[in-house]
Amino acid sequence: MEKFTTHTGRAVPLRRSNVDTDQIIPAHWLKKVTRTGFEDGLFEAWRKDEDFVLNRPERAGATVLVAGPEFGTGSSREHAVWALQNYGFQTVLSSRFADIFRGNSLKNGLLTVVLPQETVERLWALTEADPTAEITVDLEAREVRAEGVRAPFELDDNVRWRLLNGLDDISITLQNEDAISAFEATRPAFKPRTLPAA
Amino acid sequence: MGRTLAEKVWDDHVVRRAEGEPDLLYIDLHLLHEVTSPQAFDGLRLAGRTVRRTDLTIATEDHNTPTLDIDKPIADPVSRVQLETLRRNAEEFGVRIHSLGDIEQGVVHVVGPQLGLTQPGTTVVCGDSHTSTHGAFGALAFGIGTSQVEHVLATQTLPLAPFRTMAITVEGELPEGVTAKDLILAIITKIGTGGGQGYVLEYRGSAIRSLSMEARMTVCNMSIEAGARAGMIAPDRTTFDYLQGRPHAPQGEDWDAAVAYWETLATDEDAVFDHEIFIDAAELTPFVTWGTNPGQGAPLGADVPDPASFEDPQERIAAENALKYMGLTAGTPLREVKVDAVFVGSCTNGRIEDLRAAAAIVEGRTIAEGVRMLVVPGSVRVALQAVEEGLDKVFTAAGAEWRHAGCSMCLGMNPDQLAPGERCASTSNRNFEGRQGKGGRTHLVSPQVAAATALLGRLAAPADLSSNVAVEA
Repeated sequence: MEKFTTHTGRAVPLRRSNVDTDQIIPAHWLKKVTRTGFEDGLFEAWRKDEDFVLNRPERAGATVLVAGPEFGTGSSREHAVWALQNYGFQTVLSSRFADIFRGNSLKNGLLTVVLPQETVERLWALTEADPTAEITVDLEAREVRAEGVRAPFELDDNVRWRLLNGLDDISITLQNEDAISAFEATRPAFKPRTLPAA
Repeated sequence: MGRTLAEKVWDDHVVRRAEGEPDLLYIDLHLLHEVTSPQAFDGLRLAGRTVRRTDLTIATEDHNTPTLDIDKPIADPVSRVQLETLRRNAEEFGVRIHSLGDIEQGVVHVVGPQLGLTQPGTTVVCGDSHTSTHGAFGALAFGIGTSQVEHVLATQTLPLAPFRTMAITVEGELPEGVTAKDLILAIITKIGTGGGQGYVLEYRGSAIRSLSMEARMTVCNMSIEAGARAGMIAPDRTTFDYLQGRPHAPQGEDWDAAVAYWETLATDEDAVFDHEIFIDAAELTPFVTWGTNPGQGAPLGADVPDPASFEDPQERIAAENALKYMGLTAGTPLREVKVDAVFVGSCTNGRIEDLRAAAAIVEGRTIAEGVRMLVVPGSVRVALQAVEEGLDKVFTAAGAEWRHAGCSMCLGMNPDQLAPGERCASTSNRNFEGRQGKGGRTHLVSPQVAAATALLGRLAAPADLSSNVAVEA
């Protein structure tokens, strides 16, 4: 996983709530068997409208997505995270994220930051008025900064530690091999098995 | 203090607990399908890892599979590659797979329960948000992303953040013609698409206890549409009766030991939920969605709402956008909304009881001119059962299309899609923009409402039929 420490970039203000995973990356893109190449599928339907905020020339190269509440609702598709990253987003700010999307984002180094809706509104106003305005997301200080905005955010210590160090979850878990084997030895015989006993 | 069902199942699966770290939970059953697994298997290969417990893992093909001409090569080359990739991965890593054409093939959340693999008190995961379906058995079941799929394949565990508990108590009797689907749609509209966020929901009360296993699966299936981590129902005699004798259900002494354990799982009387809501079953009516998220729903007897009636500005904007996308005008009675297509199927409503319910309504009648009705069984087993009961003939005689098993038009990854602007009454779970095909418009409904809608060509309940449709002699 990519490390995330601090990031500063221009923003895309996305004034929409309930941006679901089918909007972030439509299902027909999910046939790909790679983790890359999803950038053209990001918000595919909305991008057909030339006025859609992502299509505005002043938003080219933006890396911070500021979205409405309930971002990422719907499917468990991690492709939604890959699409945002493939496109160039490093972080997404919203007042509420769907749980599975949030979990997926943090496992890929896409930092999803929960802010009060009023802070989101201020960031929308700022970046709509001035597309060159930059937003800094500082994971070490757990703070979002922009002109006139200084907003602390919360993130679980363990998740933050993994992100700051770009740690791979599987390697960490495998350090507990003894505990896993010990647990397996205690599992009751009636638990289901998909294969006949070897 | 007593514990809830969810807390008991969680506690019984903790492999490691340490201060400041998420609990490491053991996973009893890992379900795989072709869409969210290829990158996970790639990850294993890159790291030189194996599948730790092939005996707790099973794969099926469902999202991409065509529902016509299944004996011919799959026309879409990208879908074909994805299915072939799953087959190759299953072979390489020793995972049991049920491919297109296999008698156990079907939608992953229909297959697990019908094989008896989904059992009370187990932890069940799948790279699919509708894994919450399995909570109907008193399992702690949730959807995971591809990174977590890889994690479970490699370790049979997951580090998981703690959850909160919410009781949704439904007392009383569901009125005639009101189904589990109407109930869950009403719950989602009540608490919103984010209302369950961070919670494991437990559905309780007399109305829940009187539901069949299939109806319970419909309820738990859509827990994710309320944003919940999972949805659960305490196992009881209905659960045990459903399971007994299924291919992977415990047998003999194991069965007795299992039932003894399962009977301990119900929430203790002195357990405290973090949040509780109450619903009076008697007040429910057939329910449909009018918008583009599952929380935008209303009783069928209502009108398309006026966005100005929403106090919350975000909800107001969302309603304005939804009406524009859906091509609806505020104030129009929902019963006057005409449809082009009807879809009966999916992991929400693609089981045998759903097909029976829809068939009972269309039997001896003809679907409205210009309406296309697709009936897609959730699995090959469901399809075979339906054929044995003659349901396929009932549907085709009414003018519907009888298809092969799969996810089909729930998400249109296969050729079953709406055309731009087409409107569909669908028994599936998501009415997102473009979900059933680019520009397609979805109204989520129960199988009964879907069937009545197909007959009348507009959103309707079975009760609307008697005076409007001539029954053929």
